[in-house]
Amino acid sequence: MTNISFPEPTITQVSKPFWDKIDLQEFYLQQCEDCQKWIFYPRAHCPHCFGEELLWKKASGSGTLKSWSIVHRAGHPAWQEKTPYAVGIVELLEGPSLLTHLIIDQEQLRYQLPVTISYEKLGDRYLPFFKKKGD
Amino acid sequence: MAKRPNGAIIGIGELKPARYSEGKTTLGLIAESVLLAVKDAGISKEEIDGLLVGPQVGETPQHVPATVSEYLGIEPTMTNTVDLGGATGAGMVWRAAAAIEAGMCETVVCVLANKNEKGNAPRSPNRNPIREFDVPFGASGANTSYALLKREHMERYGSKQEDFAQIAYLARNNALQNPKAIFYGKPVSVEDILQSPMISDPLHLLEIVMPCAGGACVIVTSAEKAKHSSKYPVYLQGAGEKITHRAVSQAPAIDKLPFVYSIPQALKQAGITGEDLDLLSLYDCYTSVVATQIESIGICEQGQFASFLRNHTFDHKGDYPLNTHGGQLGFGQADLAGGMSHVIEAVLQLRGEGGERQIPNIKHALVTGNGATLSETTALVLGGER
Ligand SMILES: [Zn+2]
Repeated sequence: MTNISFPEPTITQVSKPFWDKIDLQEFYLQQCEDCQKWIFYPRAHCPHCFGEELLWKKASGSGTLKSWSIVHRAGHPAWQEKTPYAVGIVELLEGPSLLTHLIIDQEQLRYQLPVTISYEKLGDRYLPFFKKKGD
Repeated sequence: MAKRPNGAIIGIGELKPARYSEGKTTLGLIAESVLLAVKDAGISKEEIDGLLVGPQVGETPQHVPATVSEYLGIEPTMTNTVDLGGATGAGMVWRAAAAIEAGMCETVVCVLANKNEKGNAPRSPNRNPIREFDVPFGASGANTSYALLKREHMERYGSKQEDFAQIAYLARNNALQNPKAIFYGKPVSVEDILQSPMISDPLHLLEIVMPCAGGACVIVTSAEKAKHSSKYPVYLQGAGEKITHRAVSQAPAIDKLPFVYSIPQALKQAGITGEDLDLLSLYDCYTSVVATQIESIGICEQGQFASFLRNHTFDHKGDYPLNTHGGQLGFGQADLAGGMSHVIEAVLQLRGEGGERQIPNIKHALVTGNGATLSETTALVLGGER
């Protein structure tokens, strides 16, 4: 990694448990006690049913690739040095989608590719990047 | 029939987009645009009692309506900031009509403008979920977000790069008929578009709008007052709006994006179908956005825009005139005013002021706006009759 500072997550009181687990290389999501649906990104309420009883639970960290892009012109100067690189949207097995950085060869990227989490250190903290399942 | 809005556009003003502005302020460009529209409408300053403005990152982040009112020298009885990204222009038109219907005002100035200084683009300092959960992974900015939507369409439906390039080609081709367009006199081929640099694969440079300086204003009044207008009034016959998400990662599937609600809603209010439209004035910040909209009007199956493009013609003489002003891909995008260019082209065409590019016998125009990443969507049906 270069010494240009990458933009770190702007953690809030509500999201802190998520990032604390990520730093331990564990993947936890909130699940709603009322409707049983999983939630991402973290909130103090359930966006599916407005329930307020949410529990942090260990999640699979696996899903499928909904879409991806190879970035040639990065929106942030620190990331420009890393171009070209791949970002994508992963549909987690639990339901929610998230945006992530992909550590997958360009030739292997395909729609609904099974992917799994890979904790990568960027700056001072781990981030949940994704790789091809089985790699 | 569903309830129709009560409003008509009686004045328009639009500055010619310039790549960069020098020594201009956004407030100054707003005033230039408003004065053009007031002259066009043939009304007096005293008749303006409503004002709708947009957010202004950098110059006037807060208190925009009061700042603009004071600068213009008006004292409205209804103002608001409409914050729907590229849907702001279209969103203003029905909000103006709604405020008139509510009895809060009668004649509303809807104005958007933006300066664009070389090397000095203001950035909005986000501290929200996008900043926390997208930016740290290397995904910031609209280009990558729209690239993700384009890729999903290609994978889901087998659409090809050439199909999307065709959308940019049609826009640039129509811009050759519009002397105000930033790309007037600058033809490109499909091959040029495909050969342009890859910005965020699968999006090429020429599939992305050119950021410009400029401004645009429309004046909306009641249908009653419009009857006595000096200009041929253009009526708001229907409106639809839908917001589903903010970040692209939280977007619904490609066939459930919000235009599938907002466009049919506008057509329903107007009591027409997609087949009745004589102009498609579709928001086009990126090629893929047009594909999604063509598939939401009821004239083309989901996923099939490519064969629709092959089977129809889209200039002012075509069977589906599309963005006859060149779209923003050909006209240029003066920030939020870019979205208003779709409203203004529809008004010009419905008045019969299209000049060289006049659509014959036009009765109904569909105007759309899109903000964030196909997140905020507005659709309007404009027509020559109440
Ligand atoms: Zn719930």
